[in-house]
Amino acid sequence: MAQNVVLIELDRQEVKRPSLHAISLAKQLSGDFAVLVLGHGLDQVAASLVSYGATSVIVADHSALAEPLADRYASVIADVMRQEGAKTLLGASSTFSKDILPRTAALLDAPMLTDVLAVEQVEGGIAFRRPVNAGSMLATVKVAGERLVLTARATAFAAPTKDAQACPVQKFEFDATALPNGMQFVSREERVSDRPDLTEARVVVGGGRPLKDPETFERLVGGLANALGGAVGATRAAVDAGMAPNDYQIGQTGKVIAPDLYIAVGVSGAIQHLAGIKDSRVIVAINKDPDAPIFQMATYGLVGDLHQVVPQLIESIRQS
Amino acid sequence: MKILVPFKSVPDPYAGPGEAAKSVINPFDEIAIEEALRIRERGDATEITAVTIGARAVDEQIRSALAMGVDRALRVDDSRSLDPYAVARILRVLVEKEAPQLVLMGKQAVDDDSNQVGQMLAGLLGWPQATFISKIEFQENKTRAQCSRETDGGIEVIAISLPAIVTTDLRLNEPRYVSLPGLMKARKRPIEVLTCEQLGVIVQPLTTTLSTSRPPKRAGGVRVESVEELMTKLKEEAKVL
Repeated sequence: MAQNVVLIELDRQEVKRPSLHAISLAKQLSGDFAVLVLGHGLDQVAASLVSYGATSVIVADHSALAEPLADRYASVIADVMRQEGAKTLLGASSTFSKDILPRTAALLDAPMLTDVLAVEQVEGGIAFRRPVNAGSMLATVKVAGERLVLTARATAFAAPTKDAQACPVQKFEFDATALPNGMQFVSREERVSDRPDLTEARVVVGGGRPLKDPETFERLVGGLANALGGAVGATRAAVDAGMAPNDYQIGQTGKVIAPDLYIAVGVSGAIQHLAGIKDSRVIVAINKDPDAPIFQMATYGLVGDLHQVVPQLIESIRQS
Repeated sequence: MKILVPFKSVPDPYAGPGEAAKSVINPFDEIAIEEALRIRERGDATEITAVTIGARAVDEQIRSALAMGVDRALRVDDSRSLDPYAVARILRVLVEKEAPQLVLMGKQAVDDDSNQVGQMLAGLLGWPQATFISKIEFQENKTRAQCSRETDGGIEVIAISLPAIVTTDLRLNEPRYVSLPGLMKARKRPIEVLTCEQLGVIVQPLTTTLSTSRPPKRAGGVRVESVEELMTKLKEEAKVL
């Protein structure tokens, strides 16, 4: 029995590291927490989760859960919550949790808050801070009711420490034949890349519309990312123009990043894009338009032609 | 096939700074309306009903939906500030009343950025869901649909049985423009107005926004003149290289 349950996300049988950051939010709530993982063939995954301070690692391990289909995942997660008598269900913001957790909230007759940034003490209890309007405003929201579902923005919470005494692994038993069956997995695009994951990388290079075509984008933005061992991201305009795949998009409707260093190449700085980068520690902007809004929030701004500046920068990094 | 398209009115996200933002159809919902129209145009849908919840002021956006080409428009008259779960519970009753085979809606509203209503509605109805889609194709005499979903790791394809809830991502289509004569014509079209009481649904929002504030501004604006200077700053001042 735990008061709070943290859902962990997997990517090809590995724990997705940003999903662990939801544990740090759980630790700020009252009561203890369990971690929950769903999938198939999870012995190693479960063993890797025992030292985060949870009361237990709950494992729903079945071939019917090999792919994260929202109808059956939500059904199992809601049953775990009921069995545990848990109050709060948490996950880290991602397309995985945004797909599954609102559905689970409805099954639990619970409200949900997306992208929680912080817990605040208010009169009569706690409230949660979350961004609205593409992050241009922060709302402090209080919730009523027995149960609650939260997603934590991973960049707003630190990675949890992994130094607690090992907790037990508990297998969740359920009848797989009784699961909803209206959704089937067909296929997933497998893109092989040597670059780090965009949401986990220490360095990210992002490109905008002036990169013009996929080749130039890859040569300059990709080349700079390679020189720095970083990940590649893009603005909506660059993705719309076909220069980069959809999942490279950073911003309000794409990914939110907070690397040590973000280099924005030919990025003007629409608020929808800035919403996804503003927690980066250092932002470098390279743009030929001295009035581009990105310069107002960049730590370092360099006005210049990216076709000249970026190759020079790649060269200097390679030499240093 | 009947399609229901729930939509939300939001302040225009592309209004310039300092400009008073007029209300528009939430851009993701506009994509859902466009997709419904395309499905009807290729002969796969017989009726598209657009629904929204709000006070009379949202009739302006309903007329835009009518001008785009939806067949019917329905407004649940409720001027309260509702949270996603309250909206989903109202929509559930409407779906049960209208009995569509497909509910198409935006993945999130760009004012609240919650990204919850479609999934909650699917959970309440016990229907399959396909979220964040960039493509939809009907199969087996429109009893099933194959959907491409935009996930963090790239495109995922799933098949769902209908009836189902489908939420749209940015690149599903490019919504059509509404002409001024089209808008004028839409002014004469009826809008069905219902109340929660008439629908027999009692909902109270469970979340309350206590306050809003502006996030701290990033201090920025240091200009460097050359790649050399930038390299020096990154190494010695920021210590990120």
